[in-house]
Amino acid sequence: MMRSIKQQPFRAVVLVLVWGWLLFLVLAPNMLVVGASVMTRDPSTFISLPLNLDAYRQLFNPLYLEVFLHSLYMAAMTTLICLLIGYPFAWALSRVEKRRQMLLIFLLIVPFWTNSLVRTYALKLILATNGLLNSALMSLGVIDEPAQLLYTEGAVIVGLVYLLLPFMILPLYSVFEDLRQDVLLASHDLGAGRFATFKNVVVPLTLPGALAGVMLVLLPAMGLFFVPDILGGSRNLLVGNVIKNQFLDARNWPFGAAASIVLTLTMALLMFAHRLSKRRLGEEGA
Amino acid sequence: MRWLSRSYLALVYLLLYVPIVVLVVFSFNDSRTGYNWGGLSLRWYESLFNNHAMVQAMWNSLWLALTAATVSTMIGALTAVALHRYRFRGKRVLNGMLFVVMMSPEIVLAISLLGLFLLLGLKLGYVSLLLAHVTFCLPFVVITVLARLAGFDERLPEAARDLGASDFTMTRTVLIPVIMPALMAGWLLGFTLSMDDVVVSTFVSGPSYEILPLRIYSMVRVGLKPEVNALGTLLLVFSLVMLMVSQWILSRSKQ
Repeated sequence: MMRSIKQQPFRAVVLVLVWGWLLFLVLAPNMLVVGASVMTRDPSTFISLPLNLDAYRQLFNPLYLEVFLHSLYMAAMTTLICLLIGYPFAWALSRVEKRRQMLLIFLLIVPFWTNSLVRTYALKLILATNGLLNSALMSLGVIDEPAQLLYTEGAVIVGLVYLLLPFMILPLYSVFEDLRQDVLLASHDLGAGRFATFKNVVVPLTLPGALAGVMLVLLPAMGLFFVPDILGGSRNLLVGNVIKNQFLDARNWPFGAAASIVLTLTMALLMFAHRLSKRRLGEEGA
Repeated sequence: MRWLSRSYLALVYLLLYVPIVVLVVFSFNDSRTGYNWGGLSLRWYESLFNNHAMVQAMWNSLWLALTAATVSTMIGALTAVALHRYRFRGKRVLNGMLFVVMMSPEIVLAISLLGLFLLLGLKLGYVSLLLAHVTFCLPFVVITVLARLAGFDERLPEAARDLGASDFTMTRTVLIPVIMPALMAGWLLGFTLSMDDVVVSTFVSGPSYEILPLRIYSMVRVGLKPEVNALGTLLLVFSLVMLMVSQWILSRSKQ
């Protein structure tokens, strides 16, 4: 061990630096959150002994349970809409000639590089009571008076879809890129119709991409607290809003920590499903 | 079938870009109310630059993004090189941790860091922001550099070593020039992530160091502020330039 450090000082320095950073700023803080979730709320020091599971019990308090379920519902709707828009989109994108594809992908990631707060705010300009969408619909005679679009559940979902759609499309695009045309032809030659080919060939082969997309959309869709703050009003909260309130306003750290652990567990579950789908595909391919 | 898929693509792009176009157009709107068109004007840009707190927040954000991108590029590049070249115990754990950081919801990272900083008694401000931003940028830099290293001819470093170069010399004269495009792309990505971050910064910033996204956040929570249109347009142009530079670097390096 000593010899290898002397021989490769560079390697030793790099490994110490990286491990140090990750242990200190990732592992330790996360342990802290787990610890905080089983402690008791304390107004002066944030958390104190004794250890208990009150925070987790509080998660099942009907008041919060309702918020969580509503948040989960909005996140699930966001993910579903992203999948429904993104799946055919990624397919169509992968069929465009290579030269144009680069430009189209560039256009897809421009919004991703643009400030997300500003983009959410731009939606507000469109959805507001006397905003662009209402004015357009009224001048077209579709509606007589402005509809309430802003500060609704729908506005939050639209905002989340708008911010997160590229995260669904990119992993899907990469699996469609790998989907070889001859596999589809083989399926056709073996007598499968369009629907059978889609169900038995395309869907299983693109499942890992879809799951990666679901993971990249569903989790932020529960955490991006600024979207409901700007578009949703006080009744359409995300888990992220609850966590933020508990940490920054209500000063109930154990409860906030417990809520964030629920998010982490959801992530772990999704990552597990993703690995499983990839492994199954690997076995079948082998 | 073909025209159908083309028009579908066009429709989705249209929906993605309508809000951005609206924002840019309205930034030149003279009207106070923010909804009606009142003629061309640069008044919101003017009021933006006359807003001292706003300009200060802009400089703070730029400095934070510059330093966070630089530090995360340095650490991230070294990590990627170590992951690529060395076999060591816990390599898979290291890989896994980076992946988890990238996938975790930002808010989970945010509260865990807030807890750590308060426990250590670190005053929330520039230092806490820097540590947090470097942490969430790190995995993205590692991935960018690793991708570049995957296509790296392994015989080059061996040749360098056979010619008597130490690890350090080899890194300086062979490795760094090869991964330079990835370093620049990673740096630009880190810079943008840092400039854009709201979630983590909300938790780990203090009154001593106000940054742009939080300033915008407090402005847009209530009502409409036409200055935000102007600011958003400037940020858009800025990130467009950054993105084009990054694409140019990557595409040039491929040829």
